[in-house]
Amino acid sequence: MSDFKALPDLPAPTSSTGLAGWFRSNLFSTPINSVVSVISIYFIVSFLIPVLDWAFVSAVWTGEGNAACEQASGACWIFIEDRISIFSYGIYPADQTWRLDIAFALLAVSFGPQFFDKFPFKMPLAIFSLTAFPLISFYLISGGAFGLEYVPTERWGGLSLTLILAFVGIVAALPIGVVVALGRRSEMPVIRSVCIGFIELWRGIPLISVLFMSSVMLPLFLPEGMNFDKLLRALIGITMFQSAYMAEVIRGGLQAIPRGQYEAASAMGLGYWGQMRLVVLPQALKLVIPGIVNTFIALFKDTTLVLIIGLLDVLALVQSAIEDPAWGAVETEGYVFAAFCFWVFCFSMSRYSQKLERKLHTGHKR
Amino acid sequence: MTSNKSAIELVGMNKWYGDFHVLKDINLNVAEGERIVICGPSGSGKSTMIRCINRLEEHQTGKIIVNGIELTEDLKRIDKVRKEVGMCFQHFNLFPHLTVLENCTLGLIWVRKLPKKEAEDVAMHFLERVKIPEQAEKFPGQLSGGQQQRVAIARSLCMSPKIMLFDEPTSALDPEMIKEVLDVMVELADEGMTMLCVTHEMGFAKKVADRVIFMDVGQIVEENNPHDFFDHPQNDRTKLFLSQIIGH
Repeated sequence: MSDFKALPDLPAPTSSTGLAGWFRSNLFSTPINSVVSVISIYFIVSFLIPVLDWAFVSAVWTGEGNAACEQASGACWIFIEDRISIFSYGIYPADQTWRLDIAFALLAVSFGPQFFDKFPFKMPLAIFSLTAFPLISFYLISGGAFGLEYVPTERWGGLSLTLILAFVGIVAALPIGVVVALGRRSEMPVIRSVCIGFIELWRGIPLISVLFMSSVMLPLFLPEGMNFDKLLRALIGITMFQSAYMAEVIRGGLQAIPRGQYEAASAMGLGYWGQMRLVVLPQALKLVIPGIVNTFIALFKDTTLVLIIGLLDVLALVQSAIEDPAWGAVETEGYVFAAFCFWVFCFSMSRYSQKLERKLHTGHKR
Repeated sequence: MTSNKSAIELVGMNKWYGDFHVLKDINLNVAEGERIVICGPSGSGKSTMIRCINRLEEHQTGKIIVNGIELTEDLKRIDKVRKEVGMCFQHFNLFPHLTVLENCTLGLIWVRKLPKKEAEDVAMHFLERVKIPEQAEKFPGQLSGGQQQRVAIARSLCMSPKIMLFDEPTSALDPEMIKEVLDVMVELADEGMTMLCVTHEMGFAKKVADRVIFMDVGQIVEENNPHDFFDHPQNDRTKLFLSQIIGH
């Protein structure tokens, strides 16, 4: 009988936890991965350092006027600080801007809770934000009633104008899109042709020409003396244009609903509108949330085109502000600021849609 | 249990899909409380026939009279007929975005206009009858096929139909789930519901059917009580069909 001899110990397994473990398994697992990681890190760092330096470290955050910026190598944020009120409100009367503040605070209060799961009164707030809120904010912003000073739409501008255009566009384009999409699938030839015509017409024209036509050509066709607001015309143009896209997105969802769903709903005794509202649309809209939000985001960014018909949205105001000779070269700061404004809103919409998709996911489809 | 009053009358009914003659001169009289099983090879028009009864398909000539109401293009009549007739489908067709309970209450709330609380009580009553009250808060996608079909039956029963149509209710199910669905259907038959059932479950046909109807190429080829139908089929096509489904 031989003596018991233990085998030599194996080396300890390589750590796969902790920071070192994470680096090893994700960045340096093989020689090729290590090389790729090192090269990528080099490029990312060499790009990020100057950007961060420009935007934060060497940037000028405090001071007065252009003089404070002249020596600095970084961003001149005091230019934005100096112009923030014009970027936000345009040439809206300065002593009346509280009205815009209230309107957007109301918007934040009624829409904000939708981002959170457990929040009381979500439904009433959502209904409020789609019904009473637009009316209240219209009177609040435009005035001319309830003792508020009248502010013509020519004086609306800046980020607040962008938000008004986007809000009205989104709130109006979705229902119109739903109706047109249903119409396009209708069995009645007249309704179907009208809806196809609507979609093909608006989708076939660039938004710029829609806006041009609404501001230059339309008045030529209207009877003399009859004139309606330029902003309203732009809003109708944008809404019609995006409704056509929305209708096609929603039609995609409607086509994905199996026939059995319609049959089960009819067998139950639901009429056409009941079937659509209770059975088909909830499923179809959920399916195309990514497409709907895509259209919303496109709409939000397309509002910048109103500058070609002389409405001053935030981008237009940034553009005119950077040409101010009182300031040095502040183009980059201006455009970065404008881009940031758009990004914040578009990113929030995107996050909200992802949240909604997760929430509405109800297991396997049958 | 059957009375002499007829629940469904099909008189000289014809249907075409374009040039294709799917249903040829169908004559059928179903008495109240009668249980009928319809079988036949695929493409013989069995499903199409029962789908005509609640107007999921339109017939072109002949008459369909359901509980004294003749089906025409008049939407009000179609609505009335659909209130009398419940239907279960091969693929269940539950609404995937609603819970089991909401699937059942949808029709009660929006068609029968019951208050939500009452509708939920009715729905729970029928979910108990199909023995799945504990699944009420789940979504259809979380249930097995057999459970889904039982929910679908409960959903139809909620609308208190006088006639139930079953369109191959067990064809999409795994064998071990077929029994739970058939049990529910047998119970329903015992209670005197008028039933038209397209199925190939011959055991079920023998047990509950008052009459078995055999269809082929759009015609009713043979009809008889289950005993004679299975033991002494008259028509050659029926014999062939039966030998095929029982022979292995």
